[in-house]
Amino acid sequence: MKRQLPLAIIFLCGAFTLFQYFIPHEQSEYLYEFVALDWPPIIGVFALMLGIFSLIRVSWGKIRRKSENWPYAIVTLIGLAGMIATGLPGIGDHNAPAVRWQFNYIVYPVSATMFSILSFFIASAAYRAFRARSFLATVLLVSAVIVMIRFFPLGPLTDPVGTTADWVLNVPNLAAKRAIVIGVGLGIVATALKIVLGIERSYMGRD
Amino acid sequence: MPHTPTPPYTSPARLLALGMVVLAMLWATLTLAQTPGDTAATVAVETAPAPQPPLPATGIRAYDAPNDGGHAITVEWTASGDDGQGRNNVVMYRVLRTPALRGPISPDSVPPGDPSYRLFDSRAYGTAAWRFIENQWDTLADVPMGSTRYENRGGKQRASNDFLPDHIEFRYKVLTINDAGGIAESEVSAPASASGQYLHTGKLLHIGIPVVIFLALVLYFINAAKSGRELYIRPLAGINAVDEAIGRATEMNRPILYVLGLGAADEIATIASLTILSRVTKKVAEHRTELLVPCYDAVVMSIAQETVKQAYLDAGRPDEYKDDIVYFVTQEQFAYVAAVNGTMLRRQTATNFYLGVFFAESLILAETGSIAGSIQISGTDRTTQIPFFVVACDYTLIGEELFAASAYLSREPKLLGTLKAQDYAKAIFLGVLIAGCVGAALQWQWIARTFHLSF
Repeated sequence: MKRQLPLAIIFLCGAFTLFQYFIPHEQSEYLYEFVALDWPPIIGVFALMLGIFSLIRVSWGKIRRKSENWPYAIVTLIGLAGMIATGLPGIGDHNAPAVRWQFNYIVYPVSATMFSILSFFIASAAYRAFRARSFLATVLLVSAVIVMIRFFPLGPLTDPVGTTADWVLNVPNLAAKRAIVIGVGLGIVATALKIVLGIERSYMGRD
Repeated sequence: MPHTPTPPYTSPARLLALGMVVLAMLWATLTLAQTPGDTAATVAVETAPAPQPPLPATGIRAYDAPNDGGHAITVEWTASGDDGQGRNNVVMYRVLRTPALRGPISPDSVPPGDPSYRLFDSRAYGTAAWRFIENQWDTLADVPMGSTRYENRGGKQRASNDFLPDHIEFRYKVLTINDAGGIAESEVSAPASASGQYLHTGKLLHIGIPVVIFLALVLYFINAAKSGRELYIRPLAGINAVDEAIGRATEMNRPILYVLGLGAADEIATIASLTILSRVTKKVAEHRTELLVPCYDAVVMSIAQETVKQAYLDAGRPDEYKDDIVYFVTQEQFAYVAAVNGTMLRRQTATNFYLGVFFAESLILAETGSIAGSIQISGTDRTTQIPFFVVACDYTLIGEELFAASAYLSREPKLLGTLKAQDYAKAIFLGVLIAGCVGAALQWQWIARTFHLSF
């Protein structure tokens, strides 16, 4: 029963979603939009509480055990408590100046800093990828250079380079991309069918 | 000095001149007043005759829009004889509808007993009243020359201004307008009403039938695999490297990092990643290696906790499972990246798995792992992130390989059967693509019509 009930629920939900897709009627739409889609946010709220509990437990464990770099766990807990406290009804709300200050002067700058690291990582990853160690790597390097310099003013070479770059993007690149997308689509359908039909149940253990 | 008298302003000559001017003005005013109409306007009318109307649109037909949830009526007509031919001066068509709708009106203000008012209410879209006025025409839209079809798709919400109720009859007409401003009115269509359908025939043909064929292939190959038929599956380097990667972590006595990505639990890639996590965890439990699963989504974390717990149980090492293996970090994208990168660098993880849905953080994670010297196995269905993983990771599962990985790891006949079915489905797709290319080259329109998606 412990395994049959979840499998039955998965089958029913999967079958409902599948059949709903083929039924355009308003009642079917209503069931999907106003009944089925109501569940994820409700579950999400409860799961978020579990998530916060998990974060507190892990951080508190680090502090208690004096694990390596444990003071950072204190910063995590202070940040969590500060954001919750300033956003609580009665003390503030999600638009309270203290909450906005934390977002504007801590969260956004730190996020932007992390994001900006991407540009340096692109350079280092591109350097590794473009080393012409083999024929295919050389093809990659040449294609990448053509695509990168297509917007440069190159005098009489501007048009040929632009045309070649467009061809690289629209023919071999797009063909490969579409092949991947078709494969992904089939993989999604196959995985969905495996799960709905109970063929794939490894995520529940004892497959 | 003799005084020169100034002429008086009221001299007889001046008075006479002034009187003549006044008489002349009076005559002119009276004469113009007796002329019928305004002289200037009359001249304009005489020089600009009324614009000649174009030939009207004909054969106007209205019917319920097919394969929808209701609230839509399709209007079709035959183009005017002056649209693209004849005088070729039609600029647009104007679509009108009666009964005219007035609303939404508060239900409280509806006069009792007046049949022209209708009240619509529903749990989903609220309550509102509308008034239907016969023989008054609402202008719906102007559509450009060359058009012969207009879909009157109204709002579904009762309180919306463009609400189009189901099961109420409407009639349509089309005005043909030319470049001189001439207007020709079509005949009025027969009444039509909107309603929702219980089966989308277009989706059934283009999606339902292929899904059924695919399902049949899946079941056939599952049965074939169960009956002991040997199914050849192309080896995947990324999957073959999983054992090696776990063994390396065990030898180095360092943890394994498993990142489920930023997808929610309803993403198939995340579910595929959870199935792989289960397989990986069993091997990790057998090797008694440390596993770290930082999570971005709280729902995914809850599922992953159960998956990992069950995998430890299945591996016969329930005592090795700790609640701290799977933990929640944050739902801020780059804060999550910072936390995972910090874990990689501080804990010096030997092996990193990145399997699931990834966005801009893919390269930041993979490049940090590469700098830390970890073996990295990645996989995602996001085509924009695959190149980043390819350049920064040792092995990458590209697109569908992510969904196939669980079957590869288990080698279970049922799951291998689905992989084989996928391969055959791809072969069918390839055949259809080639047929489409050949058909397009030979201008076989029926191929395009057969595979034309209208939803």
